[in-house]
Amino acid sequence: MEAGHTVTLAAMGSHFFVGLSRAMILFIVSSGLSFVLGVLRVPNIAHGSLYMIGAFSAFAVSIVAGGGATGFWLALIVAPLVVAAVSFIAERSLFCRLYEREHLMLLLFTFALMLILDDLVKIVWGAEYRSIMAPDFLKGSVTIFKSSFPRYNLFLLIVGPIVAVALWLFTNKSKIGKIARAAAVDREMVGAVGINVSWVFAFAFVLGCFLAGLGGALVAPTVSITLGMDHDIIIEAFLIVTIGGLGNMWGAMVGSLIFGITQSFGVLLWPQFAIVFPYAAVVIVLLLRPTGLLKSVW
Amino acid sequence: MAIWNKKSFAFSVLLLICLVILPFFLPRFYTYILASIFVMALLAMSLNLVVGHGGLYQFHHCVFYGVSAYTVALIITKTPLPYWVAFVAGPIVAMLVGFFICWFCVRLSKLYFAMLQISLGSLVWALAFRWYSLTGGDDGIHGVPMPEFISSTKSSYYFILIVLVASLIVLYLILKSPFGATLQATRDNPERCEAVGINVRRHQLVALVISTFFAGVAGVLYVILEQSVFPDLLFWVLSLEIFIMCLLGGWFTFAGPMLGAAIMVSLRTFVGIYTEYWTLVLGIILILLIFFLPEGVMGFLLSKFGSTPEQADNGGSH
Repeated sequence: MEAGHTVTLAAMGSHFFVGLSRAMILFIVSSGLSFVLGVLRVPNIAHGSLYMIGAFSAFAVSIVAGGGATGFWLALIVAPLVVAAVSFIAERSLFCRLYEREHLMLLLFTFALMLILDDLVKIVWGAEYRSIMAPDFLKGSVTIFKSSFPRYNLFLLIVGPIVAVALWLFTNKSKIGKIARAAAVDREMVGAVGINVSWVFAFAFVLGCFLAGLGGALVAPTVSITLGMDHDIIIEAFLIVTIGGLGNMWGAMVGSLIFGITQSFGVLLWPQFAIVFPYAAVVIVLLLRPTGLLKSVW
Repeated sequence: MAIWNKKSFAFSVLLLICLVILPFFLPRFYTYILASIFVMALLAMSLNLVVGHGGLYQFHHCVFYGVSAYTVALIITKTPLPYWVAFVAGPIVAMLVGFFICWFCVRLSKLYFAMLQISLGSLVWALAFRWYSLTGGDDGIHGVPMPEFISSTKSSYYFILIVLVASLIVLYLILKSPFGATLQATRDNPERCEAVGINVRRHQLVALVISTFFAGVAGVLYVILEQSVFPDLLFWVLSLEIFIMCLLGGWFTFAGPMLGAAIMVSLRTFVGIYTEYWTLVLGIILILLIFFLPEGVMGFLLSKFGSTPEQADNGGSH
């Protein structure tokens, strides 16, 4: 696509659509980050690495399962669980011993975790590009109003809201979700009524990382899976969480929509500098509403 | 309060003498590694002015370093201007960009400060990364010619060392000046500073601009040493690395970030020789440090051996 080509309505429609489905991936990843940030007050730098592990695990599972629809669904279930297990081990063995310490130490730990996980991925899967195929019923595209929409993106548009509603129900209706939200607001009080805050934190951390893994597994059929795919997503997720309001799940949704749609319209309007658009959008939002669009839990 | 602590002064002089003599005995490769440690050390020191002493979440510091490096490379390769113009222009452009970015950032606090800076910095990175006709895109600019007197590794080593020492002296004097004391006070208790009539935001902005200037100086030194620039110089991963250098070396001490830089660069170089998985080793070492040396390496050394009342000097009396 050249700069300065005519921007047709159909092109706008399909770019809007692609942006929306990109936003769903961003939402799933950044809502996990937001949840950890809200409850533990730690910006988890390793979140992107966990997303990458999710994608690589999805690849591994679908190879083992022989590809096809079974492999795809199995990967979608197993990969996030693998990521959750990795994060659970890291949290219970080391991270949980640091909760009483200086805040920057927690940040430093997640950075160290990122370094370790990145190299572990390199050791296990190597530095080659990997890819997996979407199952047949999600391949190809459908034509609506003369513009064609890839089926897989439609699928993402269905999964994203499902995850959002499930997460909302979980944090607002279930007991453990309510405890986690309470710990986000006042951890001393939660401890004072006899709840083991350390395990609440473990739970929140693992759930957040599970979402990173889910995002990685969902994005796997649409991108080439490679080392370094964590570097872009983590910074995007941080910015999304900030403009949405720290720790606010719906804020993560709003932020993801802004980010995803400006990104895809950037591709339409000025392909060479497409990556500038979402960052510019974040700058504008932060200048207008410095603490994010929705209410932050901080 | 004496400006120079005798013991650490003697140690610094001794270290400096060693560094001056070393290139005569070391192979060229080690001279080069030492020089790249100096560049990183200056970058980390400039960051620590605002992170350790100013208490600001400067999360995207390497943008200013990269902007300066690009400025130097562009002026030398694309204009007929003399070298010294490029060397002077680098830090000044970094300072201007720093003023522009930080002017917005100081309005926000803590994590929001960090995030706004990351997004503004990423804008700059995206420009350098995508503007092929000007910056060479992801290839960067290679083979930037250097004047005769700093073209060899040894001569550039000495040039970098001289600039580093001069910058360190200036940074030290800034920290010991009334301005430095006020800056540290705004870190420890911004409300009280505001109450006694200090313009906290303006102090922070001035400190940020000074720190971006020295990041710019480090950027110039980088081009002198490497004679090339590429977009990774402005990527957030590098920013995080230098932030970690400060924490690792000890961010409440003056010289800590330099030690952190030395540790990081040597680890990358020497572990990198034996295994391609050097970040794994770095990660494990970091975790060990978090658990066993939370004050950073320098903080540990000082509390163990030093009579240096660095903490008392920095903290002020409450």
